[in-house]
Amino acid sequence: MNLPEPIRLVAFLVGLMAFVGFNAAYLVWAERKGSGRFQRRLGPTEVGFAGLLQPIADSIKLLTKQLLVPPTVDGLLFRAAPLLVIIPAMVSLAVIPFSENLVARDLHLGLLVVFSFGSIHVLAVMLAGWASRNKYAIISAARVVSQNVAYEIPMLLVVITILMTTNTTSLSEIVQKQAGPFWHWNIFRLDQNPLAPVTFLVFYICMLAETNRAPFDMAEAESELVAGAITEYSGMGFGVFFIGEYANVLVGCALATLLFLGGWQSPIGVLPGAFWFLLKMYVLIFAVMWVRWTFPRTQFYTLLNLSWKVLIPISLGTLVLTAITLKLF
Amino acid sequence: MKSAREFWKGCLSLWAGMRVTLREFFKPPVTEQYPYEAPVIPPRFRGHIELVRDPKTGEAICFACKACEKACPSDCIVVEGEKKPGAKRKSVTVFKLDFTKCSLCGSCIEACKSGAIRFSKDYNLAGFTKEDFIMDLFKRLEEEARQQAANEHAVSPAVPPPAETAGTVKTPDVVVVEVEGQGR
Repeated sequence: MNLPEPIRLVAFLVGLMAFVGFNAAYLVWAERKGSGRFQRRLGPTEVGFAGLLQPIADSIKLLTKQLLVPPTVDGLLFRAAPLLVIIPAMVSLAVIPFSENLVARDLHLGLLVVFSFGSIHVLAVMLAGWASRNKYAIISAARVVSQNVAYEIPMLLVVITILMTTNTTSLSEIVQKQAGPFWHWNIFRLDQNPLAPVTFLVFYICMLAETNRAPFDMAEAESELVAGAITEYSGMGFGVFFIGEYANVLVGCALATLLFLGGWQSPIGVLPGAFWFLLKMYVLIFAVMWVRWTFPRTQFYTLLNLSWKVLIPISLGTLVLTAITLKLF
Repeated sequence: MKSAREFWKGCLSLWAGMRVTLREFFKPPVTEQYPYEAPVIPPRFRGHIELVRDPKTGEAICFACKACEKACPSDCIVVEGEKKPGAKRKSVTVFKLDFTKCSLCGSCIEACKSGAIRFSKDYNLAGFTKEDFIMDLFKRLEEEARQQAANEHAVSPAVPPPAETAGTVKTPDVVVVEVEGQGR
């Protein structure tokens, strides 16, 4: 399908926005249903079959609620923060290849784009917390910054090992280098990086921390900080933060799929690439929920200790090991 | 080296936790869909008391000896009986329970020598007024007998059930009981 360039971009823009919206809505449903099953409950059952219309009912409710802006907040930043949460995730999706031909913009610096826009997410949550002028929100903002700074380092270090083995920052090329049987995926390339599965685990843990998901959801630790940075948001302002959270999880899992699990490459050679990409991505997203409903929230110093004392040394170790392996063999 | 071993043990325990939750994920839910399905009431459930019917005659076993009325520490039972012509002993005609005062202690059931009262299994007891909880248990028993009869002769046209329902009775003598209880 060869559409003219402007039409193709508009189609991708609409498609990606729909994809993010649909996923945000139905990942909430899946999370509620899944958390129910993990606790042997049923989850939503009332609205539609198996509660499938619940996200629509929820969003209608959120849309009809009053958008309350407290008089003491910093009006501009308070309104800008929800946008800043959701836009970077959307922009990141533009360079993510869903299959060989299904990518909005195949930049040769795609990986860099994802990480640079991903770091805006921290700024957005910090702005939301700061602009709210609420003690809980400010504590949450401080936590988000120190947490994300701590976890960005091991995350980037393990990504560097991927860059060393693949010699490219284009996400499409990274996936193409993993073509062939499944042991060509980066997670199984023990000949290039003897600790490849550990690298993947480090990446995954950092992804959980970067997206503020449990057990690292210090930013909205509801038992201590009400709702953290989003305490003062109401109606769709809160809803946009929610969409942003799931969009970020989506981008994180998509990235993990591309970097480690061979993206659209099929392990058995049947079915189109987009199917395999989405399957791997949703398995990772399921694991995100699985982790959330298994582990309690960590304490803040434990969280930072995990990063500085465990993950950074491990990721440095894998980096050095990869360098040695690549040089020797 | 020690910390490395601890780290490894920690990783294993994380995986053990993940396995537990995944196992639970594939088990059937235990949720009771309450309004759609009735809960199973355990045999020793203590609802408000009710009169027991004699399975042979279908009448109340109670013969208004008033032992329960005397045993009640909260003064919430009022029993009256009368001797029907031809009967050997009295039979109950009024059995009122003021459930607003009842503490479900069960002294009345212990005091009853003939096993004429027991705890019911009723749990849908929400009401809008205080009077909803001043129950006429004798009327309730009659209603129960009528319903049972209606179920047994479901095909044949039975006597139309009266409009008034058991359990919501507003009679002056109950109010007297209530005032007495508050005066103490």
